[in-house]
Amino acid sequence: MLRGQKPSRRRFLASASALPILAITGHAQAANISGHLPWEAFAGEPPRPVNPMGWYFLTPAEAATVEAIVDRLIPADHLSVGGKDAGCAIFIDRQLAGSFGKSSRLYMKGPFAKGLPTQGYQAELTPAARYRDGLRALEAHVRGAHGKGFAQLSGEQQDEILAGLESGKIELKLAPGLSTRGFFDLVLENTMEGFFADPLYGGNKGLAGWKLVGFPGARYDYRDHVDKHNVPYPRGPVSIYGET
Amino acid sequence: MARLLPRKDVVIMGLGWTGAVLAQELTDAGLDVVAIERGPWRDTATDFNIGYMPDELRFSVRKELFLSPVVEAMTMRNNADQVALPMRDYGSFLPGHGVGGAGVHWNGYVWRFFGSDFQLKTHLSKRYGARRVSELQLEDWGVSYDELEHCFDRFEYLTGTSGKAGNLKGQKIEGGNVFEDARARDYPTPPLKMPYAAALFMETARGLGLHPFPAPAANLSQPYVNPLGVAMGQCTYCGFCERFGCANYSKATPQTTILPVLMKKKNFEARTECEVLKINLHPDGKTASGVIYVDRSGEEYEQPADIILLCGYGLMNVRMLLLSGIGKAYDATTGEGTVGRNYCYQTQGAGVRLIFEGKHFNPFIGTGALAAVIDDFNGDAFDHSSLDFVGGAGISCGTSNGRPIGYRPTPQGTPRWGAKWKKAVAETYQNTMGIGAQGSSYPVRGNYLDLDPTYKDRFGRPLLRVTFDFPDNDLRMANYMSGQLTKIGRAMNPRELTVSHAGKGWNSVPYQTTHNTGGATMGANPRTSVVNRYLQSWDVSNLFVIGASAFQNNAGKNPTGTVGALAYWAAEAIRDRYLKKPGALVGT
Repeated sequence: MLRGQKPSRRRFLASASALPILAITGHAQAANISGHLPWEAFAGEPPRPVNPMGWYFLTPAEAATVEAIVDRLIPADHLSVGGKDAGCAIFIDRQLAGSFGKSSRLYMKGPFAKGLPTQGYQAELTPAARYRDGLRALEAHVRGAHGKGFAQLSGEQQDEILAGLESGKIELKLAPGLSTRGFFDLVLENTMEGFFADPLYGGNKGLAGWKLVGFPGARYDYRDHVDKHNVPYPRGPVSIYGET
Repeated sequence: MARLLPRKDVVIMGLGWTGAVLAQELTDAGLDVVAIERGPWRDTATDFNIGYMPDELRFSVRKELFLSPVVEAMTMRNNADQVALPMRDYGSFLPGHGVGGAGVHWNGYVWRFFGSDFQLKTHLSKRYGARRVSELQLEDWGVSYDELEHCFDRFEYLTGTSGKAGNLKGQKIEGGNVFEDARARDYPTPPLKMPYAAALFMETARGLGLHPFPAPAANLSQPYVNPLGVAMGQCTYCGFCERFGCANYSKATPQTTILPVLMKKKNFEARTECEVLKINLHPDGKTASGVIYVDRSGEEYEQPADIILLCGYGLMNVRMLLLSGIGKAYDATTGEGTVGRNYCYQTQGAGVRLIFEGKHFNPFIGTGALAAVIDDFNGDAFDHSSLDFVGGAGISCGTSNGRPIGYRPTPQGTPRWGAKWKKAVAETYQNTMGIGAQGSSYPVRGNYLDLDPTYKDRFGRPLLRVTFDFPDNDLRMANYMSGQLTKIGRAMNPRELTVSHAGKGWNSVPYQTTHNTGGATMGANPRTSVVNRYLQSWDVSNLFVIGASAFQNNAGKNPTGTVGALAYWAAEAIRDRYLKKPGALVGT
């Protein structure tokens, strides 16, 4: 089979599905269609909620570091739970174990050259590999500077390190082609994705992210409110699987 | 060795908007038509299922419905001095994939370009003198608005577009777009309900003497049955429109307007998950014999046909011509050749963001094309005599969605994370609105498309190379728009106003717009266009290239309305002229 070609769309895993655990269901989809609309019942691909137990990509030590990071990026306060309790680390783990972590939909042919900022990310490493490398380098830096792991530091110390990664004050020893700021941005982006995505992906537990800003989630019908100008929307959020 | 298949009257590459329109028209004319589509079959009930369509991560962030770069990527650079590298993920623009094409996940704006947009070179030279436009590589399209009027009308009625006429047979109508060229009749359905932000914008704009109107939207304000007998539903303002398929049958797509009729025809066949590799020419090189394509198992086929229609996304149409050796590739150093010439984009970047206190904009109540717009500064609707640019922009206040992975406004100076960020985002989400300028994009010699010398696709064919930066003229235009936007924004008295400016260095990473035009342009002169006024190849007379690839310049408007009109225009030319007398419809 040719690279990048799907055997059938009905067999194709939802690219955002966190885990490659779906059974291959195989009614072949006719490629030649004529004289009818080729509709079949139950042929859709509903997303599967992630299994909340255990770690699929991260090692326990890496997971502890990621949990500590997401809990500083989104700290617990009177507005919401923190990133850890919202499931952001679980979200990241499941994403890294799936299609996103493997860059499976991206163009990954060489040659790999150092690009201009307008050309986007050009290194060969996938998000999963960037986390592995970045977390290793972060742990090495923290142990060198503080004599213990990131997760063991105080919140204040952790904030200082994260701010250093963001500002360039700290340069991690990363694989060729990778930047410390790039690693920080990736983790921040994925943390926010987890906090605000549908909870079926493992984050946004209790709809914490949606409640924080007032996003009603998957409601899908606002005909009764569009012309109620400047009036707060009265209903709270609902998720794809009906959590409110 | 490719397996030879029985001949068809017509083979179409790509089953998106233009492929569906052409297939519908030509099967009605009695022709036997096959469409070859690279992506999968998609239908509303299955693929845009209401039970799980409102999933921002899956469809908007991970881009499930879009073309994956692993299937086809492109390389990019800002100018010929740089080395182009592949866009490893699509960012700045997001081409479609599968049946329905980009017509599945578009916003639904159905604009008519101004009459002057089709004769820009002649129009601007006459009004301001040829020297004013000498830095641009303008060409007329070889077709006029008046000729296309009924084609725009057909596409609006096919899609059920919701809007309000501003110029009915020459009579200006307040509340519609008074700058539009004359239309024969009003839109098929009335405008959508305006949300709070758009209503505020309209009130302010009117106060400034401007002419706001509701954008023409193919997100329908009420149920509608189109001329093919296909029924559509009322839009629910769900806020999952662009980047998503519509689960309500209320956004016009090939699925909701044409396919239920087309697919039942015995003289139509769709072959999905089949990719055209090249167009074959007869030995004389003046006509095409068919196409070679590969199915999902990797087997190659040769599909002979009398008429070949290139109906892919504009960029793919250009690449297919280059891969097939049809026409003369454009050379930016000499200015010779036509294929790849006059590639344009859309000049985004001018905008204002307004943050208020104590407001409830409910940004999640939106649709793709829910906006109030002014065309006072679009195209040549305003006098450029004393200005240092030509062109313009549609200025609009739209509410398309409040999906929080992508939409999390915070005031200037707010950190990106931590407790201060949290407090700010919680306060600002409901208090923020924006006004943007969608600017015209005009051709210059150095912006073009060709084949990349290094990077290959999964079949070993060269990727398309995009060489583009915003021309100085267009940046001066965009800066002027930033000034206009600031005036309007200030008049609304926000607590904080942030102005953004367009700048040099087109960046392929952040999303801007999927409005890539040109490269297989239409015109009256074969030395400056790839196809004639009927979208027929100058070089290969049984080949028509249909899409935004035909645009000689892009207007300050979303292109799909004009793409739809050109599709009907080409279909009529094939049916009424070409079938009666196959061969070149315009002499060279």
